[in-house]
Amino acid sequence: MIEFENVAYSYGGGELLSDVSVKLAPGSFHFLTGPSGSGKTTLMKLCYGALLPTAGHVSLFGNDVRNMDRDEIAMVRRRVGVVHQDCQFLNHLPLVENIGLPLTVSGRHAETGGEDLSELLSWVGLSNRKDALPPELSGGERQRAALARAVIMSPDVVLADEPTGNVDWEMSQRLLRLLVELNKMGKTVLIATHDLGLIRATKAQVQARVLRIANRRIQLAGADL
Amino acid sequence: MRMLRTAMQALWNGDRQADRVVPPSGFTAQLTLFAAATMAFLAVFALALSLASGRLADIWGQQLARTATIRVVAPIDQRAAQTSAALRILETTKGVASARALTDAEQQALLAPWFGADLAIDALPVPRLIEIVEDSNGMDVDGLRLRLAAEVPGAVLDNHSRWREPLVKAASRLRLLGWVSTVLIVASLAAMVTLAAHAALSANAQVIAVLRLVGATDGYIAQAFIRRFTLRALTGAAGGTAVGMLAILLLPTSTDTGAFLTGLGFQGWHWLVPLIVPFLSGGVAFAATGAAARRTLKGLA
Repeated sequence: MIEFENVAYSYGGGELLSDVSVKLAPGSFHFLTGPSGSGKTTLMKLCYGALLPTAGHVSLFGNDVRNMDRDEIAMVRRRVGVVHQDCQFLNHLPLVENIGLPLTVSGRHAETGGEDLSELLSWVGLSNRKDALPPELSGGERQRAALARAVIMSPDVVLADEPTGNVDWEMSQRLLRLLVELNKMGKTVLIATHDLGLIRATKAQVQARVLRIANRRIQLAGADL
Repeated sequence: MRMLRTAMQALWNGDRQADRVVPPSGFTAQLTLFAAATMAFLAVFALALSLASGRLADIWGQQLARTATIRVVAPIDQRAAQTSAALRILETTKGVASARALTDAEQQALLAPWFGADLAIDALPVPRLIEIVEDSNGMDVDGLRLRLAAEVPGAVLDNHSRWREPLVKAASRLRLLGWVSTVLIVASLAAMVTLAAHAALSANAQVIAVLRLVGATDGYIAQAFIRRFTLRALTGAAGGTAVGMLAILLLPTSTDTGAFLTGLGFQGWHWLVPLIVPFLSGGVAFAATGAAARRTLKGLA
């Protein structure tokens, strides 16, 4: 599904990732951990074509990302739901339109005449906030809204970059439950986090693999997690 | 090419949702609208100038080219004889449709603006004028001039070329100037729309990043901007064209005494020509925004 083969990524003359080989199989659940600045976000961005590797190969759904044009990468992003660290939204649109944005840009709004998002809003507990503008939302609401937007296209893969970074423990557990639910629906999930408590809580619910970035390389985390 | 096709379809069909993804930008919108309206207004005037000049060039070039004048400059006692001799020559000259000597009253009317209406023309050595109208084949001017020189020494043939050619040339230049002005106005509109579109795209880099994150293609993003700017240019130019045409309509009507200045308007089917201005502006905005979007989106990749 998503496969890295001896991938390196350099930025500003320094190598951030080196010789990274990893495979995200369909239906798998992965954590990506490591200290701040270790390259977690960079690796996530490589997973949906926002960055191109400086060496090695990144294969997205069987295609080498280097051989894809921008439209093909856009198509890949419709199959990869991303919950970004800073939860980017269009601040002039109400929440319900922000969540439906992937449908809008893919033309499915026009085909379906506007999909009923109430079920999805209810799933993430934002039914009563659908008309709010993004700046009016709390950190937790923004994270849940980002998750709803990431899954609205029923993607094959869900990438979440520090999804619990700005929320309290209760909210992080709630988000985690949603992600586990998605995985049980057959979605591949990759979560970048340095929250070890979150990882431990998840491992109690689902079989998760923990990848750690150390010294620019990926390592399979040990029993300490 | 695919982006162009997508943009054309989107422009035609419209998409309320797609229109909303780009935040409204009041200042840029008003700027584009105003620029398009102003440019269309100026373009209408440039077209009016060009078409009117063209008309004048045609009139001077075609109508005056078919007329000539003979001045018979002779002592008063020989003037009638030389005039008759010149008319006889003209009767046998190929290419002359008609020729007649102007009457005293007609010559008096010609001189009246300078000497007054009660001029005693018989008492003055005023040349007798013969008006010649050529047929469609035209006459041999040089041949006629030689015959007149031999048989009517006081006759001077003037086929108007001396003053007609500079006028025709000036009118043709004015026509060219009008078209060049129109092209420059359209190019200025393209430059303004490009700048406005570029500013709008740069100001919305964050919006573009979000759209890309959720799977928007460059064509989709470009289309949202193209549609917005094209419709603004079309609307502004339609308004500017309407006001421009109204202003032309309200110009004083053509009169014999001031035909050149008061003739600067549209006549007949020429009234249809300015109607292309809004569509031309829309097309220019479509192309300019498309090019700006492609360049900016490539830079933001």
